Amino acid sequence: MVDYINIALKGIFSENMIFAYFLGMCSYLAVSKTVKTATGLGAAVIFVLGVTVPVNWLLENYVLKEGALAWLSDDFAQVDLSFLSFIMFIAVVAAIVQLVEMLVEKSAPALYGALGIFLPLIAVNCSILGGALFMQERQYSTIGEATVFAVSSGIGWFIAIVALAAIRERIKYSHVPAPLKGLGITFIITGLMGIAFMSFSGIL
Amino acid sequence: MSEKEKEPLFSKKNKKLITDPLSENNPVTVQVLGICSALAITVSIEQAVVMASSVLFVVATGNVVISLMRNLIPDRIRIIVQLVAAASLVIIVNEVLKAFLPDMAEKLSVFVGLIITNCILMGRYEAFAMANKPWPSFLDGIGNSLGYGWILVVVAFFREIFGAGKLAGFQLFGNSIADKANGIELTGLYKYGYLNNNFIILAPFALFCVAIIIWIQRSVNKNLIEN
Repeated sequence: MVDYINIALKGIFSENMIFAYFLGMCSYLAVSKTVKTATGLGAAVIFVLGVTVPVNWLLENYVLKEGALAWLSDDFAQVDLSFLSFIMFIAVVAAIVQLVEMLVEKSAPALYGALGIFLPLIAVNCSILGGALFMQERQYSTIGEATVFAVSSGIGWFIAIVALAAIRERIKYSHVPAPLKGLGITFIITGLMGIAFMSFSGIL
Repeated sequence: MSEKEKEPLFSKKNKKLITDPLSENNPVTVQVLGICSALAITVSIEQAVVMASSVLFVVATGNVVISLMRNLIPDRIRIIVQLVAAASLVIIVNEVLKAFLPDMAEKLSVFVGLIITNCILMGRYEAFAMANKPWPSFLDGIGNSLGYGWILVVVAFFREIFGAGKLAGFQLFGNSIADKANGIELTGLYKYGYLNNNFIILAPFALFCVAIIIWIQRSVNKNLIEN
């Protein structure tokens, strides 16, 4: 249990996807103009990370890793398919995003209205593939740990984008030097928020 | 179509494909693409150069491949086709790096894999290669990855000098405190109390650095200022 809490706190604060690794920056900067759209995208990221990382964990541990195919027959015990992991992970992400989009559209139209346009965007969001690659690199031992890691990273991303959107809504009314307007000042805000989040790293 | 008289390989239009992304239409500072890796791996010039050349390879070759297949790819599944093309090329890059530059592969860790979702790739495949012939697509790929590359190298230049006191691995100011821990005498500037600024190695400074580049670029070129 303590392990789970530890992974969760790390994912949300000290190893925040945005502030520590800059993953998903493109959509982070592009879709953070208003809090409403930021909330939609953030929720979609939590959701997709929470679904794809466990699936990729299964793929990694039962197909790709060296010796992972041993459950099939002893002949495969030496097979190492890890060089295929990029293409498999991205295929899983793209397929699941498509699937989730169709499912949500059929079963929960209200949710689809909120997440709808963001779902296709997410297939090429680095934070999703990044989640899968970090899961592979850190070698989480159970699917539970992988899921906790995925969901908490998503929550960290959500907090980051909503906070940035709230600040950007306010900064419209300040006198920013003209060449820094828009993109430039957003970079600086993100940097300052990153410094603030770095203070968490001492705690964990 | 009066494409009969053959266009010279480096016509004015084709040259523009390379020079435009270097400044006016820079993928990082103007189109806001490929930021993730631009910020994360710019700790040293070596890493920046390796990353930039990997992206150059993947974008240029990928652009040609997609452009050759552009009439065959069904519209509905084009994103998946593009992703698969990108992923295969990135696997090649990753295997080459692991074989010839294992230290570098270790340092770049997941960011080699993340070239797949580097927005510059998808942006160029989708916006340019799907609608243009192979040769212009190739030039466009080169231009955009050079535009991406120089930002990376500039950011890495400042971060390496002030953060680690090195330039491309060469110690500029003598042996630092870090060497002293290994029993090596302090030399050069460090003897007089100079310290490396560890903050610059950390993530947030990369953001400030890019912001400053954007600031300079937009003060020079007023057309780029946002309202």
